Amino acid sequence: MLRDLFSKKKKYATIPSEEAKQEVPEGLMTKCPECKSIMYTKELKKNLSVCDSCGFHHRLTAHDRMETLFDSGTFTEFDQNIIATDPLEFPSYKEKSEKDREKTGLNEAIVTGKGEIDGYPAVAGVMDARFRMGSMGSVVGEKIARAIERAIDEDLPFILFAASGGARMQEGVFSLMQMAKTSTALHKLRDRGGLFISVMTHPTTGGVSASFASLGDINLAEPKALIGFAGRRIIEQTIRQELPEDFQTAEFLLKHGQLDRVVERKNLRSTLKTILSIHAPVSDRKSDEQEQEEQQQEKEKNAVRETEEQEVQ
Amino acid sequence: MAEDLPFEKPITELRTKIAELKAFTAEKEIDLSGEIEKLESRLEQLEEDIYGNMGPWDRVQIARHNSRPTTLDYIERLFTDFLELHGDRLYGDDEAIVGGIAKYKDRPVTVIGHQRGKGTKENLRRNFGMPHPEGYRKALRLMKQAEKFNRPIINFIDTKGAYPGISAEERGQSEAIARNLIEMAGLTVPVVCIVIGEGGSGGALALGVGDKILMLENSTYSVISPEGAAALLWKDAGQAKRAAETMKITAPDLKELELIDGIIPEVRGGAHRDVEQQAKAIDEALSQALDELSEISRDTIVEKRFEKFNRIGPYDYVNGTNAGN
Repeated sequence: MLRDLFSKKKKYATIPSEEAKQEVPEGLMTKCPECKSIMYTKELKKNLSVCDSCGFHHRLTAHDRMETLFDSGTFTEFDQNIIATDPLEFPSYKEKSEKDREKTGLNEAIVTGKGEIDGYPAVAGVMDARFRMGSMGSVVGEKIARAIERAIDEDLPFILFAASGGARMQEGVFSLMQMAKTSTALHKLRDRGGLFISVMTHPTTGGVSASFASLGDINLAEPKALIGFAGRRIIEQTIRQELPEDFQTAEFLLKHGQLDRVVERKNLRSTLKTILSIHAPVSDRKSDEQEQEEQQQEKEKNAVRETEEQEVQ
Repeated sequence: MAEDLPFEKPITELRTKIAELKAFTAEKEIDLSGEIEKLESRLEQLEEDIYGNMGPWDRVQIARHNSRPTTLDYIERLFTDFLELHGDRLYGDDEAIVGGIAKYKDRPVTVIGHQRGKGTKENLRRNFGMPHPEGYRKALRLMKQAEKFNRPIINFIDTKGAYPGISAEERGQSEAIARNLIEMAGLTVPVVCIVIGEGGSGGALALGVGDKILMLENSTYSVISPEGAAALLWKDAGQAKRAAETMKITAPDLKELELIDGIIPEVRGGAHRDVEQQAKAIDEALSQALDELSEISRDTIVEKRFEKFNRIGPYDYVNGTNAGN
């Protein structure tokens, strides 16, 4: 390097040939934002998008979440066709929503539907932070309220995966009122004895954390997820001091009694299954014997898959 | 008046001039009454022009005015036998929220509200009207108590927002607000909410799940402060005026969007100009609201409240058919 300074020979940046580019297709590798290690995207996905070296939980898209969670082929989506209006005629809101629809292939920041987890049926909502930062406007509120209504009508548990920066500014007080709308719907569910499990993922803040996300009969969170009411910067400005590193993480909330459990993604499905089975009506509950049998089958299946994979490698 | 706002400057100037002329008349014994009369009618015209055409930012200034009447100012004038009750029974007593039992026109009620201070000393004690979780939990305790004894609940809303601080987060600010939302949804007694100053986001809504939502003419209700919105939108908190205009946070705007049930007219120039008159206007609206709500039975009020909030929020279908409110 130092020698280069004195050399008169010009150095050119190398542009990869078309061929070379094709050899490394986009998205093949992913860099972990936490520990900076680089891994195959495929491997990362297989590991439920959890970093192998540091355990960082990468964000999941709503559909990837559904895939990792529900028994394959059991998920049916609700209310896919509802989209936002622009009630305040807010500058560039329409264009931004349109862009996010193209970018994500989603119509809004939440996907709702019904599926089965290890044979236990549930209504679920999964937020997607790629769409307007997962913010809650009228459509998110409406889809949640409708999903809760379905859970009530069909006597099913309701599970919601939060991933949101809070209420959506561009819809003003309409967004604020979605906090009340979703909470009144949850009150109805509670009144009918329905189960609500809230799973907070990164990030769950502002108006979402201060409404439905905190109202689970059981509140779970993924490791290191940012969860809190006020933004870190606002708090630092208010109190004029720096905040501790772990402030507003899932672990911080657990320590302060605000969460039931922090659950690693790889254990989430089985944790949910346990909760669902404990709350299932007697007629639908599997006996311990059945459970053991199924677990044995699952283990065998995994073993077969692993040996197959090893053979391939 | 030292308390006049920038947009009121022409009025202030004219008033000063009239006062000067009056003093001059008295002192020099020259009759200027014709002149004074003319100026006074011009003042009347000017006041009508300025106060009749207030923009959102002007209203924000009035809503935040240092001498704007607070919850306790109204409680004192509207209720008898007010007995303040303290504490959440879990952690402490948050003086940013006051509440208690009282009589309204001989009828027992529970009344609660955010409480700002007026001077620095009181503001420190009241934390500038920004509650911690224990404030919301106290409010909830009093609301559940009201429900037990079948008393209507009156909530005054007046806060910049729930306090953003370490202790508030540690003690579950989010949970406290969320808890109030779901519990208020189930109250079997009438709940009237009146925004009297600033209605700042979730911290305001935590007292706001009611059957009637009223706003004083110059109060505001918003999802984020104009300064906060401007910082996010244009990376410049100085553009707050523009944000206030964009976000539709004033009583007239929110009434037009059908997000609130009614506007309580204010004294000309703002509630702080005449708190007695203002209390009378609130009294009228409150008594009407309670009368209307008293006709709803205990069994149906929860369902009605659910329907009220369930309607809120416009949306479209991909194929273009409109639905919802």
